[in-house]
Amino acid sequence: MQQALEPKAIEVTDLTVAYQETPVLWDVDLDVPPGVLLAIVGPNGAGKTTLIKAILGLVRPAAGRVLIYDKPYEAQRRIVGYVPQRGSVDWDFPTNVLDVVMMGRYGTLGWIRRPGKPERELAIQALEKVGMQAYTTRQISQLSGGQQQRVFLARALVQDATIYLMDEPFQGVDATTERAIVALLQELRANGKTVVVVHHDLQTVTDYFDWVMLLNIRRIASGPVNETFTPENLRATYGGRVAFMQNVN
Amino acid sequence: MAMHQIEIQLTAIVVAVACALPGVFLVLRRMTLMSDAISHAILPGIVLAFFLTESLSSPLLILAAAGTGVLTVVFVELLQQTKLLKEDAAIGLTFPALFSIGVILISRFAGNVHLDMDAVLLGEIAYAHLNRLEVFGYNMGPVALYVMGTILVLNLAFILLFYKELKLATFDASLAAALGFAPTLIHYGLMTLVSVTTVGAFDAVGSILVVALIAGPPATAYLMTDSLGRMLILSAIIGSVNAISGYWLAYLFDVSIAGAIATMTLLIFGLTFLVVPERGLIAIARRRARQKWEFAQKMLVIHLLNHEGLPEAEAESEIAHLHEHLRWEPTFATQVVKYALNNRCVSQKETQLTLTEQGRAMARQVLVQ
Repeated sequence: MQQALEPKAIEVTDLTVAYQETPVLWDVDLDVPPGVLLAIVGPNGAGKTTLIKAILGLVRPAAGRVLIYDKPYEAQRRIVGYVPQRGSVDWDFPTNVLDVVMMGRYGTLGWIRRPGKPERELAIQALEKVGMQAYTTRQISQLSGGQQQRVFLARALVQDATIYLMDEPFQGVDATTERAIVALLQELRANGKTVVVVHHDLQTVTDYFDWVMLLNIRRIASGPVNETFTPENLRATYGGRVAFMQNVN
Repeated sequence: MAMHQIEIQLTAIVVAVACALPGVFLVLRRMTLMSDAISHAILPGIVLAFFLTESLSSPLLILAAAGTGVLTVVFVELLQQTKLLKEDAAIGLTFPALFSIGVILISRFAGNVHLDMDAVLLGEIAYAHLNRLEVFGYNMGPVALYVMGTILVLNLAFILLFYKELKLATFDASLAAALGFAPTLIHYGLMTLVSVTTVGAFDAVGSILVVALIAGPPATAYLMTDSLGRMLILSAIIGSVNAISGYWLAYLFDVSIAGAIATMTLLIFGLTFLVVPERGLIAIARRRARQKWEFAQKMLVIHLLNHEGLPEAEAESEIAHLHEHLRWEPTFATQVVKYALNNRCVSQKETQLTLTEQGRAMARQVLVQ
């Protein structure tokens, strides 16, 4: 019963999100205990990105609520780091790598105050962590997909958050970058952070993550990977299209 | 230079810089068309405010016009949110509707007052100095200069104060929202600035030139730099250059100043588009040409490496027959051989080509990739 007393890092209750009358998320519940590395998996259009956005208050739910350590998101902005999909921004924007990473400090700086030397140093440290320290002055349009992803991760790292929400951080990156990102996520968890990742590749779920949520508009299941990532749950999530998953478990 | 010439040029520069600064963010947000919409749609606001105040110089006119401008943005976004049409169609529907309401109001109720369509569309900066500000009987200079000067200071203050917020909301609106920076508020703040700037400027230079000055200098600066700060500064400089050169062009050929400034804006953009290093048209064409030869050279060294030391090597490396093996035009083959010889990738022994160390290394490197 000890677990029930511990505050949940993220608590989603009865969350319904709809565009016009089409539900994107239907009455979704999700409890994320602190310190887990959780994958949200589900087919295309399952509402994975929408769930992340709803947790961050970026889409308005039709019903339900989200709590971060027992408080609404608006009160907890500082402790939540966000890595949007790489394709969601214009990489031809006139700025360089260091500048983008420093944006992660804007929340702590608040309105009007400009980033200065401390922010610069934190950004350089974060770039070292993701192996991009050689690229500080590089124009962002000259980065490869994997490098863009690393820059986004560094930007989240400088937020020094307790909870990280990442939307498809492995999208379109090469194998080396994927391994580097996984190592980073596991390091974050080892330091007691909670990491929630929208993930596409079912084959790597058991290797990379310790918790999983199966989502297809409704929540099919969530919990520790060894209990939750079962063929029955996968079938319930993906319908008949999991023939290729027979080798799981 | 006569005093009025200096005043006209000064007004033109102030208008150009005031337009260029918010224009930078419109260009980066891919919203320059919105300035076109706003510049037309503010007409009914001006007309209604004119009916209320019965004066063309009342500051209420600017406020009413700015309000209509923001309303235009709201209408466009509401239409877009229905998902039944895209932004361009939403803009195309909204601003002619508002503009025509303004036209109808003028023709029905204000036919005999000085509020004519030519002035709205083209403005006349040449007469801007005739309307002068008098304080306690002292002549303080043209009103337009003061109006636009105030707007310029307003724009500059907003951008300096909220530089970080504007940058984040433009680059990554969802992170801005997640961090609590209210990108919608910033968006409407920017749109208010654009509306105020447009209405202030169109009195001096007309709505067409306003659009040219909002879109032209930032688009030119965008080609020249990779930094937002420098893009803002360059836009201001380019806007000023356009204004002064346009003025003298008009003076020389005795044509409309607004028209000449718009022409210079286009000319200077076109020139930059051609000659700017790395991403200019000329640089791209050069790079393409170089890549063509580099690629052909690579094909050649790989071809030679593949047959090196094999029985057929002699036939395959015969210069006169290369074009057959690689299916090239004979003249092109000769040029490629010349290019590769110059680069010391191959050496010629009588009629035969052999790879140099450098050429062999190049071929291997290409094959490894």
